[in-house]
Amino acid sequence: MGRTLAEKVWDEHVVRSTPGEPDLLYIDLHLIHEVTSPQAFDGLRLAGRPVRRPDLTLATEDHNVPTLDWDKPIADPVSRTQVETLRKNAAEFGVRLHPLGDLDQGIVHVVGPQLGLTQPGMTIVCGDSHTSTHGAFGAIAFGIGTSEVEHVLATQTLMQAKPRTMAVTVNGTLPEGVTAKDLILYLIAQTGTGGGQGYIVEYRGEAIEALSMEGRMTVCNMSIEWGAKAGMIAPDQTTFDYIEGKPEAPKGAEWDAAVAHWKSLRTDDDATFDKEIVIDAGDVTPFVTWGTNPGQGVPLGAHVPSPDDFEDASDKVACEKALAYMGLEAGTPMREVKVDTVFVGSCTNGRIEDLRLAAEVIKGHKVAEGTRLLVVPGSVRVRLQAEEEGLDVVFKEAGGEWRGAGCSMCLGMNPDTLDPQERSASTSNRNFEGRQGKGGRTHLVSVPVAAATAVKGTLASPADLV
Amino acid sequence: MEKFTSHTGTALPLRRSNVDTDQIIPAVYLKRVTRTGFEDGLFAAWRNDPEFVANKPEYAGVSILVAGPDFGTGSSREHAVWALMDYGFKVVLSSRFADIFRGNSGKAGLLSVPVEQDVIEQLWAAIEDDPTTRITVDLEARTVTCGDLVAPFQIDDYTRWRLLNGLDDIGITLGNEADIAAFEATRPSFKPVTQ
Repeated sequence: MGRTLAEKVWDEHVVRSTPGEPDLLYIDLHLIHEVTSPQAFDGLRLAGRPVRRPDLTLATEDHNVPTLDWDKPIADPVSRTQVETLRKNAAEFGVRLHPLGDLDQGIVHVVGPQLGLTQPGMTIVCGDSHTSTHGAFGAIAFGIGTSEVEHVLATQTLMQAKPRTMAVTVNGTLPEGVTAKDLILYLIAQTGTGGGQGYIVEYRGEAIEALSMEGRMTVCNMSIEWGAKAGMIAPDQTTFDYIEGKPEAPKGAEWDAAVAHWKSLRTDDDATFDKEIVIDAGDVTPFVTWGTNPGQGVPLGAHVPSPDDFEDASDKVACEKALAYMGLEAGTPMREVKVDTVFVGSCTNGRIEDLRLAAEVIKGHKVAEGTRLLVVPGSVRVRLQAEEEGLDVVFKEAGGEWRGAGCSMCLGMNPDTLDPQERSASTSNRNFEGRQGKGGRTHLVSVPVAAATAVKGTLASPADLV
Repeated sequence: MEKFTSHTGTALPLRRSNVDTDQIIPAVYLKRVTRTGFEDGLFAAWRNDPEFVANKPEYAGVSILVAGPDFGTGSSREHAVWALMDYGFKVVLSSRFADIFRGNSGKAGLLSVPVEQDVIEQLWAAIEDDPTTRITVDLEARTVTCGDLVAPFQIDDYTRWRLLNGLDDIGITLGNEADIAAFEATRPSFKPVTQ
């Protein structure tokens, strides 16, 4: 019987399979950052264990790092300690690290692909739930906790029960101005935050194939927001073209061997999925969230919902609590919601295409009075590329702030946070209570909506600027 | 890891769905480089509210958390599990857990127990009616017991065996080192390396 893409990649990595036990799965690439690794390295030290494969491990500093004054020591002593601990651990255990100030520093999920380390058919893990991003290349990639980080460091394997498989087929074409981000927000609003739980999801269909690698990464990135173990997209010419020539991509005969193998990584015609969802891309419109989880979203043209709109009792309560936290009244048009801060960045939407799209919308406009625009590139290389193209000038001339690379306001572990009750339109992935700063109110949006919102001061799409 | 066979204790009713790990412990509390002391950050934003259920004196000393559906969604931070354990929780009950949270809890020795939502509702009613109500979670028998209520729960045999015996995963895996080395010898040469 045929196998799905996920099953093929899984099977290629099983070191040991015993009935009644999880599979022992080999890990091709282990990405590390400062927040979820210190206790894992401590565990190794206590047990006297080395890192088994430092040559399959890569560390970068992203969660804590400031996006201003990155050439100076980190001002917050607790953040500084965490970053210094990573540096000490990387040196002691022989792990390659791209620290603050390095040309290849940036958000771990931007750095892996841009170095060419993220390739089809790999298993990739990181102590960060947005590791699902790398699935865009046809890899099985998922987030793990610190105990598992230690397990991978010590053994280069993980014990994992084989997940079920799901297909999300997106037929048709996304309407003009509708992005990968709108598509995934639309999907999560249909499935809820638990809809993908226990599944490796394969996104497929015409609209997925038409996406650039960066758009595919945006879709796979948010797989975790509907609970999926991982999200994947079968590798194709778009994938190969993106990887070719990257610093760590295979070269010469190795490249040919790799591509020949990658071409086999497609779901067989006679394979079956445990579950299937079909979406018509033509139904997707610019999408925004109104609540405190990524499933609480509506089209930009819709209104803030009312608890009465929900049948399920716990959904009603969740709506009430979310409206109270968000300071919103049911029935308000989303376009009338006033925004204090616009954040463009994160592992969801902090790559070069995102910045180009934002600049295209903002060019010739000014950021609305009373609104702050923060643009944070996903990596140093993205920042330099943007500066080469003059995008930074567009943002600065409009009155926006152009920053250094890192996770920044996506989770507010560095100084980039919202104040209590401050409202953001954010291209990031989570609108949880307090995510961007204690009491902060987050609306998840696409890049064009973020850029238009910065100009209007209220939630808007580029069409509203004409 | 400590062995877990059975636990009996009082319980905290958390009537919320979608309690993500940012709610369990906000990011600002993740900067510690040690493994302990995370109880301060547990439900930090909600604990500022004197009316929050965990602040009520009748729920002091609880060791079982009875939570709404989709508990532990979002960030992979194992600090969420550590914060719950550092606060004194041994068990979390919910009708549905996020995968990463459930995996992390099994590794760290916090028992996450999936039971039907109607069982959760009955437990909420019982512990709100009388906060001294004791619940027993028996891993050997795979049951949750509270008064006359006896509810079975599912947990995979392997995780159960590890928890019952308090076994260290890394030690178990390194017992299969020969298999790992044999697998490594077969990896294609086009796979990337970082150095």
